[in-house]
Order: sequence, then C-alpha cells, then structure tokens
Amino acid sequence: MVAVTGVDVGRKPLAPSFRTCAVTGLRVEANAERLIKANAVAGVLFLALGGLFGLLVALTRWPAIHLLPAEWFYLILTAHGANVLLFWIIFFEIAVLYFASTTLLNCRLPAPKVAWAGFALMVIGAVVTDIAVFQGESTVMFTSYPPMMAKPHFYLGLILFAVGALVGCGIFFAALVVAKEEKTYNGSIPLVTFGALTAAIIAVFTIASGAIILIPTFLWSLGYISHIDPLMYKVVWWAMGHSSQQINVSAHVAIWYAIAAIVLGAKPLSEKVSRTAYLMYILFLQLASAHHLLVEPGISSEWKIVNTSYFMYLAVLGSMIHGMTVPGAIEAAQRKRGFNKGVFEWLRKAPWSNPAFAGMFLSLVMFGFIGGISGVVLGTEQLNILMHNTIYVPGHFHGTVVAGTTLAFMAATYLLIPLFFKRELVLKKLAQWQPYLFGIGAGGISLFMMGAGTLGVPRRHWDITFSDAPMGTEFSAAAYLMLGLNGICAVLAAAGGIAYILVVVGSILFGKRIPDGQPKPASAPQPAVTQYGNAGTLHLPGTLVLVGIFFLSFVLYYYVNWKYLAQLWPLR
Amino acid sequence: MAIHPPQQRIWWREPIEKMEVAWIAIAFVWGLVMFFTMIAWHFWGQQNLANEAYRVQPEAYVAKVEAMTEQYKVGEEGDTGIEVVHPPAGSDVYLLARLWQWWPVLELEKGKTYRLHLSSADWQHGFSLLPTNINIQVHPGYEMVVTVTPTETGEFSIVCNEYCGIGHHTMSGKIRVVESKGGK
Repeated sequence: MVAVTGVDVGRKPLAPSFRTCAVTGLRVEANAERLIKANAVAGVLFLALGGLFGLLVALTRWPAIHLLPAEWFYLILTAHGANVLLFWIIFFEIAVLYFASTTLLNCRLPAPKVAWAGFALMVIGAVVTDIAVFQGESTVMFTSYPPMMAKPHFYLGLILFAVGALVGCGIFFAALVVAKEEKTYNGSIPLVTFGALTAAIIAVFTIASGAIILIPTFLWSLGYISHIDPLMYKVVWWAMGHSSQQINVSAHVAIWYAIAAIVLGAKPLSEKVSRTAYLMYILFLQLASAHHLLVEPGISSEWKIVNTSYFMYLAVLGSMIHGMTVPGAIEAAQRKRGFNKGVFEWLRKAPWSNPAFAGMFLSLVMFGFIGGISGVVLGTEQLNILMHNTIYVPGHFHGTVVAGTTLAFMAATYLLIPLFFKRELVLKKLAQWQPYLFGIGAGGISLFMMGAGTLGVPRRHWDITFSDAPMGTEFSAAAYLMLGLNGICAVLAAAGGIAYILVVVGSILFGKRIPDGQPKPASAPQPAVTQYGNAGTLHLPGTLVLVGIFFLSFVLYYYVNWKYLAQLWPLR
Repeated sequence: MAIHPPQQRIWWREPIEKMEVAWIAIAFVWGLVMFFTMIAWHFWGQQNLANEAYRVQPEAYVAKVEAMTEQYKVGEEGDTGIEVVHPPAGSDVYLLARLWQWWPVLELEKGKTYRLHLSSADWQHGFSLLPTNINIQVHPGYEMVVTVTPTETGEFSIVCNEYCGIGHHTMSGKIRVVESKGGK
C-alpha cells in the first residue's frame, strides 16, 4: 500500500509536525498535507481523463461530427460517468475533508497509515473499474441497471473505491474527535468544517446504500445470486446515486463559504441559519431515490410525492437558504470594505480577476439558476413524464455537478496550491480566464442539453437520425441545433479544462516557491463584519435583488412546465 | 469567518437578520406550494401516471401481446414486416419492449380511452412517445397499465430512452392515431 503512494510513511516521527502558510496564516500538518496533495492530484488526473471522455461523447452527439462509432460511444460514455462523477469528485472531496478537519481545526491527521490504505483502495478500485470498462464487456453505463450485466470486476472496483472513501470519512471523523480531545480550537467547529461534516455524514449513508446494492450485484455477476429485481435495484442504487450528489452539494457549498472567507474575509450572516440549512440536507436527503423513480411501474403516487419533494421541499429550502446567505455574506464583506455605492457596487468591484473568487461566484449562480431550478422541475412527480430519460436529465446534472461542483472545486484549487504545494500560480492570465471559459462552456452544455431534452431527444443515444432503424422519428431542426451548440460549448469547457490542468500542473512543478510563514495568523484577511446577527446593522439590497430574480425565474419556469404538461394526452 | 470557529461562542442564541427570516419564510411557503401543486394535480389535472402495475413473467407477457396481435392484426407497416394492430376502441392494448423494437405498431382511435399495457421481454427500456413527449420507464417482470386518451390524429414515434445495449439507437416503434370510425 505504501509503495503505491511513494511516500515513506514508515519512518515518520511520532510528534506531528506543523508549518504555517505564509499566504493564509493557516497551520498545516505534514501528514495531512501529503494526503491532501495525493487525493487532489489523483482527482485532477481522473478529471483530465473523464473530461476527455466527456468531450468525445459531446462530439459524437453533435450530429454534424458524430465522432465515435456506436460501440465506442457507449463504452466511453460509461467511462465518462465513472471517472468524473465518481472518481474526480470523491478524490477531491476526501482532500476537502482532510483540509476542513486538520487545517481549519489546527490539528494532526490521525492514523495516517490507515488514511493511506484508504487512498490506495480508492486508486486500485478506480483503476480496476476503468480496466473493466475498457475491456469492453462492461458497457452498462454508470447506472448499471440490471438485468444488463457487467463483468464482476466492474462492480468489485466500485466496491473497493467506496470502501476506500469510507475509510477517508472515518479519518475525518477521527480528526474531529482528536481536535476536540486535544483542544486545538475554541468553541464550535467552523462553518466550513460543519459543511464538510454534513458531506461526510451523507457520504456514510450513501456508501452504505451502495454496499447494500453493489455487493449483491457483484455476487449476481459471479453467479451466486440468480436474480436481481430491477426495481429494487433502482430504489437502493439511487439512494447512493442521488444522495452522493448531496455530498457534492454540501462540499461545494462549504467551499463557497471558504472562498468567500479566505478571499474577502466574509462572515456568515448567521451561523445558526447556515448550520440549520446544512442540517436540512442531513435530515431529508435519504428520500432522494424517488427522483429517479417517478415514471416506474409499481410505485404509488403518495410515495413519489413525499419522497421526491424531500418531504415538502425541506432540503430544497436548505439550498435556497445558502443561495441567499453566501452572496449575502459577500455583499456584507464588500460593503464593510467601502463598496457601498448603489445596489451593486459591491458586486462590480468584486475581485473578478481572482480565479478563486470568479469560479466560486459563477458556480453559485449557475448551480442555483441552472442546476437547482431544473432539478426541482425534473423531480416533480407529474412533470417528470415530460423529461424522464431525455437529454434534459444530463443537462440538469451538468448544471449541478459540472457548473456547480466542478467549477467550485477548480476555484478552490487556486487557493490550495499556495497553501499545500507552497507554489505561486503560473500562467496567471490563463488562470484568470479559466473560470469564465469553463463556466460558460459548462453552463452552455447544461442549457442546450436541457433544450434538446424538452424537444424529446433521448439521453445515452448514439444516433437520433435513426438511420439504421426500421421506423425512426424526425426531430426538429431546433433539436439538431441544440446538440450542435452543446458540442461547441463542450469544446469551450474542454478548453477551460485544459487551461485548468496547465495552470495546476505548471504551478505544482514550476511555480515560484513560497517560503513558510511565521506562526501567526496575521496575514489572513481580517473578518470584515465584526458584528453580525444584529438586525438593522446589515443592509443588503444587492442580495435582495439577486434572490428576487432567482425566485421569479423559479416560479415562472416551474409553472411553464405545468402548462406544457397540460397539453399532453390525458393519462391516468 | 466561515473558516474559523464562530466568534460568539453561544452562536445559537444570536438573533437572525430580518432579511434572512423573510427569505426563509418565502422559500418555505414556496416549498409548500410546490408540494401541494403535485397533490392538487391528482384531483384537477389530466396527466397523472397510473399506479396500476402487476408482476408478470416476461414470457407470459409476450404471450399476451402475441394473442392481441393475432386477433386484431390489420396489416403490416410498410415493408418492415411489422404487424399493425387495430384493437377495439376502449380496450386493453399491449405493447412489448424487446431488444430492439417496440412491438407491434398500434392503431388507436382519436378521443377513445385505452388501457395501454407496457412491459419488457428482456432488459429495461424507456418508452418515449414523440413528438408528444410522454416518457415512461419499462421494466421486465412488471406490467404497467396506463390509461391514455389520444387527442390528436397522426403518426407518433416511439423511441427507447433507456440504454439497452448496442442496438439501443435503432429501437423504435409507432402509434398511429386515426379518426374514430363512428360510435362513441
């Protein structure tokens, strides 16, 4: 296990060694630093790989190019899902968990050997699954719905990866206990750590669901179990598949708060409100399976309504709260700095040329407007009839996972490189443009796929011209246009992805070294809002306008879709 | 800051900003509105998916579709050799999903209400009726019964939108809606 990582864990001194970051003033422990670096680097490698697959998929769905042959298209699509949605995001999340526990709580990483073992399991699992996919007999898509069967090592790789991730979560929990025990911080854990804790708790539930369904499926593929009920599989699989997206949401919301704090010194408007919003995620997300089962046979409408709404939309409420408190915290911090003119001077004069801030803010806006609204509409019992399994579905989740999570994680990287790799960024101009390039690309992918889906274009489909089919269908010119625009945006996003990899790899290898700082937190930006939670002292008209626009768009789009639904043939 | 422990140790006692309270209230009420919209549509809306479904052996389901096809066959679809079936208005009609075809072609009458049965002989498939855009998941082993009333005449394509192997993109079928031949 140790050999895999190339770090000699065996000869480390017992006492934890800390250094202080010269840029942020945060204290970093040596073991934590190595693990954070390893997980982040592994994540970025899988992002590069999976991103390339994504580009190939989009270029194949661009009718004018239609790049890959059918067999390769479905294979690459399976690989794309596993490598970005699972491997990239979870590796990076483990890095975020270690950062939010050890660095923010100023404590050591407990049981580093176990943490390395978990990392090794994740690497082995990811590689095994990728090998299974590229051997060609496991083209079952990311969802691997039975009775379609993959080779046993496809499932085995996923199980190993999940166990490794579970070990990472365990290390995170242990770090919280150690920090508390060794009194490395005062009072309650920071909000960002609280968000990471939310992500880790959800991760445990998610991984347990994954184990409950993937282990029997693995045994089924080996021939020890004769039958996996396809409906039961979906109920349990989506308790992993959709809940894992709540891990992403919790993690990237934590990153929004962290970037706003590190770059602008922003403080949450109210600790209580932001923490309660996280609690909503924990309490209600277990119901998330239902989003994927709204047009399945044999499931009652009552069950669908209660579950798909996360019980009366209380988890959605959590996201809407963050959607106000994050820009609110930024506005408050900016106004404290003197950007007080009019409604939007604070926003105009925000550090838009800082890629960490730009990426974070774009992620916030696009996650809310594109991913969030479309997610609620898609997850409405009856409206799902309009969109189930059309390309609207990947449109929606590229809005959440690419424009939201991935962009936020990229933004965080620009802060992690000076902090953990002790290097300044290279290619600063390229880095400045990167969030915009990737953000516009990702936003466009989401919107145009949603547009094509509204016109009925199916997802995971190689040829919508039906040239080999006995009876085809004719999609409108608009549908073809949407798929073409989706391809163009995928090229933009890929350019943004390449820019990101260049900046990250270039900085890690060739960036100017940053010497260790003095052990004092003076260089960190001071909290911009000294007093909060005091009605009347905060006046945030800009945020009010932003959430007002958001709310209007939400209501309008929601009811426009009901109007479309009302035009369908009567069904009951 | 959000990366430091809360400044006030007893942070849960702090008063909440008025603006935050207002936004939480609006978001909460909106959540309730959306929740009750789904319920209300079951009473006043026309488009609600059936809860009616049965467990069925795939072979048994295939036999039912074959029986219906034999009884009500009215011709073949172009030169494809695929049977066209015109079942009595208002009856139970059966559609089979299999690798890689929706079978048979159904001829329905406008304005009549049918009990449309959907199931699969092999893997999961996605019933997607175009350009109407009605999408329903089809499982092997489960027979779903959707009560549907076509409201417009014409040819409607069925494509598959659940990935079902290498021939997925060739899987297609058809529902033809014709004017009612008299009688209600």
